Amino acid sequence: MDKLKKMTSYRLFWPIVCLALVLLFNLIKSPSFFEISIKNGVLYGYLVDIFNRSSELIILAVGMTLCVASSAGTDISVGAIMALSGAVSVYLLGSGETYAIPWIAAILIGLVVSVLCGMWNGFLVANMKIQPMVATLILFTAGRGMAQLITGGNNLYVKVDSFKYLGGFLPHIPVPTPILVAIIVVILATLFLNKTATKLYIESVGINPRASRLFGLNSTKIIFITYAACGLCAGIAGMIATSRITSIDANNVGNLMELDAILAVALGGNSLAGGKFSVAGSVIGAITIQALSTTLYAMKVTGDQLPLYKAIVVIIIVTLQSPEFKKYLNRIKAKRAAKTAGEKVA
Amino acid sequence: MRRSIKKVAAGLLATMMIGTMLTGCGGGNKKDSASSKKETSEINIGFSQVGAESDWRVANTKSMKSALTAKNGFKLSFADAQQKQENQTKAVREFITQGVDVIAIAPVTETGWETVLKEAKKADIPVITVDRQIKTSDDSLITAWVGSDFKKEGVKAAEWLIKEKGKEKGDVNIAVLQGTIGSSAEIGRTKGFKEGIKDQKNFKIIASQTGEFTQAKGQEVMESFLKQNKDIDVVVAQNDNMAFGAIDALKAAGKTPGKDVTIISFDAIKAALKKVQSGEINAEFECNPLHGPRVAELAKKIMKGEKVDKIQYVDEQVFTKDNTTKEVINKRAY
Repeated sequence: MDKLKKMTSYRLFWPIVCLALVLLFNLIKSPSFFEISIKNGVLYGYLVDIFNRSSELIILAVGMTLCVASSAGTDISVGAIMALSGAVSVYLLGSGETYAIPWIAAILIGLVVSVLCGMWNGFLVANMKIQPMVATLILFTAGRGMAQLITGGNNLYVKVDSFKYLGGFLPHIPVPTPILVAIIVVILATLFLNKTATKLYIESVGINPRASRLFGLNSTKIIFITYAACGLCAGIAGMIATSRITSIDANNVGNLMELDAILAVALGGNSLAGGKFSVAGSVIGAITIQALSTTLYAMKVTGDQLPLYKAIVVIIIVTLQSPEFKKYLNRIKAKRAAKTAGEKVA
Repeated sequence: MRRSIKKVAAGLLATMMIGTMLTGCGGGNKKDSASSKKETSEINIGFSQVGAESDWRVANTKSMKSALTAKNGFKLSFADAQQKQENQTKAVREFITQGVDVIAIAPVTETGWETVLKEAKKADIPVITVDRQIKTSDDSLITAWVGSDFKKEGVKAAEWLIKEKGKEKGDVNIAVLQGTIGSSAEIGRTKGFKEGIKDQKNFKIIASQTGEFTQAKGQEVMESFLKQNKDIDVVVAQNDNMAFGAIDALKAAGKTPGKDVTIISFDAIKAALKKVQSGEINAEFECNPLHGPRVAELAKKIMKGEKVDKIQYVDEQVFTKDNTTKEVINKRAY
């Protein structure tokens, strides 16, 4: 009993349970869901799809977690930043038979743009003390406009084959590249947060910025950095998204992904009110969201009904994790315990 | 001062229009006086475009601009609405005060036009809508509509498929990548295709899901289709971007698009025609953005006082490997 209690109080218990539930449902519905085979020298199967498709969301969720933790606010401009940085890179690479500038340079410049966007958000939130949602609303609307300006309102295509590697497969490697990138981002973020005192700093600023300042932490700087990091994550996700379709579609790249990223943070058991956070939780949240979409596709839910089913499952998951619901469960348990105790006495 | 000029202009225009309107409604006597006046002078036309959100739209704008030139007897006022209806309303009001002869609108949305169209009617300016349609309670507010017959595109695709695969003995399994649910292109193409294959008993739609008209979603949904269904014979993608995504997904699954799986797509943009030529797409059903010439012809007819049909479908082609030559691709502007 004690063990169970210990387990349920473990931070990641509920997020993992939710993901397991979604996957379990698939196991009952269609056992072939878990088949993984090798086709054409690469991994092939539903599970691979889930991880592959959730890569961008995982990367976004890592950045979003930091913003939420430090400033108790969300960065709603990440989808637009994805489109903007993607547009910059594709524009620089050009649509000729060879790259106009080296691939790595275009990617780096794209990432620099995304970091600049993140720094702009950080400046508004940390230095100007503007509400995060309002501050990031600026790039949320303007980002796509800038991307359109760069592309001239057209979809630009990159014709060089190697551009596909980042969103597809590297030669002789059976694992989709986006999964590898996501793993690297998560590992680097975790190492950086936990091996240095950064995680502690962010959490303390999130819980009480004034107290942290009195304690000697530069709250402004820490919030600023989290937004810049979030911008970088959006840039990386944007590179993967554009490589997947070997083109930039400024209207649709990362469209509405900011909402999924926020949802991933929440599903991961992180409080949107800031403070203590778990990157691993957000990653599990992101995978859960994609697992849900893929499951619904596999169940042949039609397109017009898809959002409804998604909403129902999200409501269930969020309810399961809410403190009020847990309190309610505890109360029932206590009552039952009291009853059995009473019976024993009698 | 300005106002009085406007009034005079509007008054002049109104008398001119009444002539054309009367003839339009049943062929009156005033036809001669009105048309002889107009044939010599150029036609002032105001065009309010949605914006420049896609290659298709850009081609649409180019077509309008190149058809409505001074050489062809037009004076075009062009207004880009940047995807906002309020900008379009403003533009149309401006056209009315400028006293143009004809107003053309490529509307952002189907509804919300009643007031401004009534103002145009009051000023006796005929309105032609382009591409999307407008819903109004009063039919007389719009003189004509020029655009694509999405349903017919779907029917044509079905006919092509029946010709291609109708004689096969076994079941023909079809997967459909729908566009954004509820958009007129999705509704028309889905309906037309379904009706077209209704009598073909061995044609089975085994999967149907939205790819939201984007390449990324098309790819994701196709990946999932391929895992649910071992043998998909035909993929119908309701636009080219989704077809591109489907092709990538098929390749990743080790299938040869165009050979193992027949691919049908709509729109026929330049990049897609190249894939028709290389055999990765089997048939393309055009969604023609080149509305300019038809609008020019209509405007001239209206100004002459001739009766015009309210619904004007543009001509649309089918592209297969046989008729997709290098010249066709090179000529493609979008």
